[in-house]
Amino acid sequence: MEFSEHIKTANVEDVVLRRPFYQPTKGTLCVTGHHLIFSNRGGDSARPFLLLLRNIDAIEKRPSVSSGTITLKCKDLCVLQLDIPGMEECLNIASSIESLSSLETVSEMYPFFYRPPFLSLQDQWGLSSTEQHYAQMKEIHDGWRVSQVNRDYSVSPSYPPAVIVPHSIDDETLVKAARFRQGGRFPVLCYYHRETGTVIMRSSQPLSGANRKRCREDELLLQAVIDGSELGYIIDTRSSQQAQQARMTGGGFESKSCYRGWKRLHRQLEKGKVLQESLIKLVEACGDQSHSVDRWLSKLENSKWLSHVQTALSTAGLVAECVERDGHSVLVHGSEGTDTSLLVSSLAQLILDPDSRTLAGFLGLLEREWVQAGHPFQQRCAHSAYSHVRLRHEAPVFVLLLDCVWQLARQFPLAMGFSEPLLLRLAKEVYASDYGTFLCNSDQERCVTGVKERTHCLFQSLLRANERQHYSNPLYERTELAIWPSIQPPSLQLWKGLFLQWTDDALHLVEAQKVIQNLVSQCHRPLNEKVENTDG
Amino acid sequence: METIVMEHIRLPKVENVRLIDTVTSRRASVGTLYLTATHTIFVENETEILTETWVLHSLVFSVEKQASTTTGCPLLVRCKNFQVLQFVIPQERDCHDVHVSLLHLSRPEHYEELYCFSYNANSDREDRRKAWDFINLKAEYSRMGLPNHLWKLTPANHHYKIIGMVSDTYPADLYVPKSATPPVIMGSSKFRSRGRFPTLSYYYKENHAAICRSSQPLSGFSARCLEDEQMLEAIVRSNPRSDFMYVVDTRPKLNAMANRAAGKGYENEDNYSNIKFHFVGIENIHVMRNSLQKMLEVSEAHFPSMSYFLEGLESSGWLKHIKAVVDAGVFITKAIAEEGISVLVHCSDGWDRTAQVCSVASVLLDPYYRTLKGLMVLIERDWVSFGHKFSHRNNHLNGDPKEVSPVIDQFLECVWQLSEQFPCAFEYNERFLITIHHHVYSCQYGNFIGNNQKERTELQEKTHSLWTYLWKNRTDYINPLYRPDHSQTQGVLRPLTAPYCFKFWGALYNRFDRGIHPRQSVMEYLMAIREETQQLEEQLDRMADDIEASSMFAYPWRIGNICTICKENMSEQAKHVFSYGIHIETAVEASSMAGQEGCWYKGQQYARTEGLIM
Repeated sequence: MEFSEHIKTANVEDVVLRRPFYQPTKGTLCVTGHHLIFSNRGGDSARPFLLLLRNIDAIEKRPSVSSGTITLKCKDLCVLQLDIPGMEECLNIASSIESLSSLETVSEMYPFFYRPPFLSLQDQWGLSSTEQHYAQMKEIHDGWRVSQVNRDYSVSPSYPPAVIVPHSIDDETLVKAARFRQGGRFPVLCYYHRETGTVIMRSSQPLSGANRKRCREDELLLQAVIDGSELGYIIDTRSSQQAQQARMTGGGFESKSCYRGWKRLHRQLEKGKVLQESLIKLVEACGDQSHSVDRWLSKLENSKWLSHVQTALSTAGLVAECVERDGHSVLVHGSEGTDTSLLVSSLAQLILDPDSRTLAGFLGLLEREWVQAGHPFQQRCAHSAYSHVRLRHEAPVFVLLLDCVWQLARQFPLAMGFSEPLLLRLAKEVYASDYGTFLCNSDQERCVTGVKERTHCLFQSLLRANERQHYSNPLYERTELAIWPSIQPPSLQLWKGLFLQWTDDALHLVEAQKVIQNLVSQCHRPLNEKVENTDG
Repeated sequence: METIVMEHIRLPKVENVRLIDTVTSRRASVGTLYLTATHTIFVENETEILTETWVLHSLVFSVEKQASTTTGCPLLVRCKNFQVLQFVIPQERDCHDVHVSLLHLSRPEHYEELYCFSYNANSDREDRRKAWDFINLKAEYSRMGLPNHLWKLTPANHHYKIIGMVSDTYPADLYVPKSATPPVIMGSSKFRSRGRFPTLSYYYKENHAAICRSSQPLSGFSARCLEDEQMLEAIVRSNPRSDFMYVVDTRPKLNAMANRAAGKGYENEDNYSNIKFHFVGIENIHVMRNSLQKMLEVSEAHFPSMSYFLEGLESSGWLKHIKAVVDAGVFITKAIAEEGISVLVHCSDGWDRTAQVCSVASVLLDPYYRTLKGLMVLIERDWVSFGHKFSHRNNHLNGDPKEVSPVIDQFLECVWQLSEQFPCAFEYNERFLITIHHHVYSCQYGNFIGNNQKERTELQEKTHSLWTYLWKNRTDYINPLYRPDHSQTQGVLRPLTAPYCFKFWGALYNRFDRGIHPRQSVMEYLMAIREETQQLEEQLDRMADDIEASSMFAYPWRIGNICTICKENMSEQAKHVFSYGIHIETAVEASSMAGQEGCWYKGQQYARTEGLIM
């Protein structure tokens, strides 16, 4: 495929660019295979403005006789405007953007062409593998093992090649249990809680169907998890009604009589279209120019976004409570086990595990629980809040996770090793990125398309020394305790840093962050110097 | 006086009372309830550490006896600082007695019964008197550059009487345009509600534009007053660079029109040369009172859903009203700073909405009011001296419930909303605003007793001033992010007033539901590390001096007299000592936690200065 087929006009002079925080500027617009490049004609030293075409969610054009205006609405929620002289040029540019921004072939995407000098393709792709992760957790070696049963992705196409399972369960049993779970996603370990020796597992729904089929191997697998203790909890992220209905289409739930010792609780989390529409409504509300508080609050409420945040955090809190306070193991699943289950299990880990709250620990968590665990990023993040394209599989589950993490960090500003800019960066990268981390829908797809050989890993890049500082929380003080968030409505706030990041309001908050950073470093630095002097 | 109060106490002590945690409604603690002349005190039984809850009678907003159950008779006490306490008293009879006693105790008939007349802050009479001079409005006007060739001090109200006309709600010292003659002042005063003629509130010395304030004119449908017209003309002329002024009526147009039927109303642009008239539509005290009530119902709900909360917040209208006040302040700020046009602000009587709008505009215009002392001065000027009716609005005495309204609460919230938008622009922190709010209602200090300066001068002498207390403890109220040299801090603030800029102020309205607050505070952390750094630096300096003086080689590395827990665990310690609930348990908890005399003392002292223990 040649990108040039899509580019009818590559260069236009005297284009005016309007974007937030900047005065309108006149310059040259250039369309390439993956970017819009705008350079200021004045020739001042300012760097050209670069926009990844993949970042464009919607394009609106208003051509007139001798010129035209293109409005670009980006997936990072920024809205830009280009005033282009010449109607033909305007239409050409618009059609190039339309076709280039919606390319679907993974290997044509920009991460396959991005070659920064500071990274090498020879490096390990990703931060850690299941085996490495397992090797670090000595305390689980007695009860748990790494299974390679999925090494060729035949047992579960969306699972990674290696997963952690109870020691007493052999691969044959796993294969059979996998047949009883949607997409072959049998229960696997995601977190071991040292203090109580209990675990969080996740899976997809059991395929018990209308006639209440059973699977001995699946029951054995779960029995092995709570071996010795008498109780485990299954947190089903659907309502009990939804779970009942799922039986009609071959899905289902673990019935009490078959899974002795497991108690099932239902907490309904929205996903899919409902969640996507919630995001669209929220972004629409944030862009509303009317000045009525009533209208704003009513739109905010109507979007239900904060309700989703509340439910996600409260369900994660419930899981954490089972593990930490009651000392019982938990299995989390919804239907496919690729969305809300991941959301809940990763939030619960953040609440419980201080290791997952460091910068590297958090990125490791995202890698394990989202990238390797097979969250279908490509489907979920094909479009964001502005697109007019008919929705297919889009859903901002990952953005919802980031929002919940932000809420946690707001309530515990000292407990997280990473900062808000990291969450904002991730929210942007998940939709359009120079890196390959969020490409494809599963580990298998990533292998087939060569993502791991031919693109760079975002997480590794974020952990480089000079990036690390920017994304670290200057106030970080590690706490070993669980951080229990409040889910009372007044405690949950709109994430202005994301949803209102292109307004002046956010600008003041960014400045305040800088002041905090300076303050902390000022308080520590001169004193250390002084101590040294006095010592001498 | 003491005896009058004591008579109201039918039952000084009840045992086996349960205090229900209204937030979780799961936990209840059992203890003894005491009624004293000034406080209701609940002492928990059988706890390792002493846990007491003290509630000032003057802070009690309502006492409600609910239907008896098998476990006892519930008594719900709501406080003006938004604390809600639910007691369950075993015997209905006792509950009745406590109820009746509290009703009397919380609604005194006379000023002399208020807490400020019995509160003793351990200072002698002379100090107390001097403390009242700490905030000096003469100095404030001269800071603005007054009097000058455009504005003069008029003696017209020096005896709280404009010549021949009572204006007892105005301060004695008033600034008017140089060209305003006594007959003009007198005439204008007669043509305004309560004699509150147009007078200066804030003078912007950069361009001579001024904010003036008054009450509504008695214009009815057609009445005119030549002197009043001359008065406004004089204000226009005292701003040499402009040839007109704005008259901002802070009421909704409909309300202003309705007032015309009662012989009051608003300025007719045809009669006053050179004015541009403008309505800003802030609702009246009754609407605000109901709005707060609705919002509190929402914030008190047990585990509400997000939708319930947001819908309730919307239908309470509270944030809409806050935005209206800020919008009005922004309008005036633009007129003054950008257009250089003077503004006259009024509502009906000119002591509620007018005070809000003038003071919000001042905060936006002048960085001085974003400092600790500046905010005290501002409240003293626009609220205390100009006759905001604190006793009526804050329900200090048993009075007309229709006079009660959270007018100054809204001003403090406007300042908070601005400080959230400009985190580096304010010298004071949220705690400062909340403390002021607390004491506006507590009647512990004499600043907010009475309805106007005339009433107050006689009462204040025997009381303490809040401002000196706050100033003494100013380190607690400093915003560590404050940057006086920062670009967003200097000069005029230009806030966004999009609806999403206005947030629910949980730290005030849910002040006692500690569960909903952020579990860790950035501000407290920064304050703590700053204090820690300072302490260590002082230590180091001292040690360096010691080394030099004694020229000893080995000086043992010890942190001398200060408590080691303070040093090692400063952030933890600070969190407890400064933790905001006015619960004695906090302080005592902190003391016992620290377990060392130095810290224990600190905790006790904190509790004492907060008036928690005596």
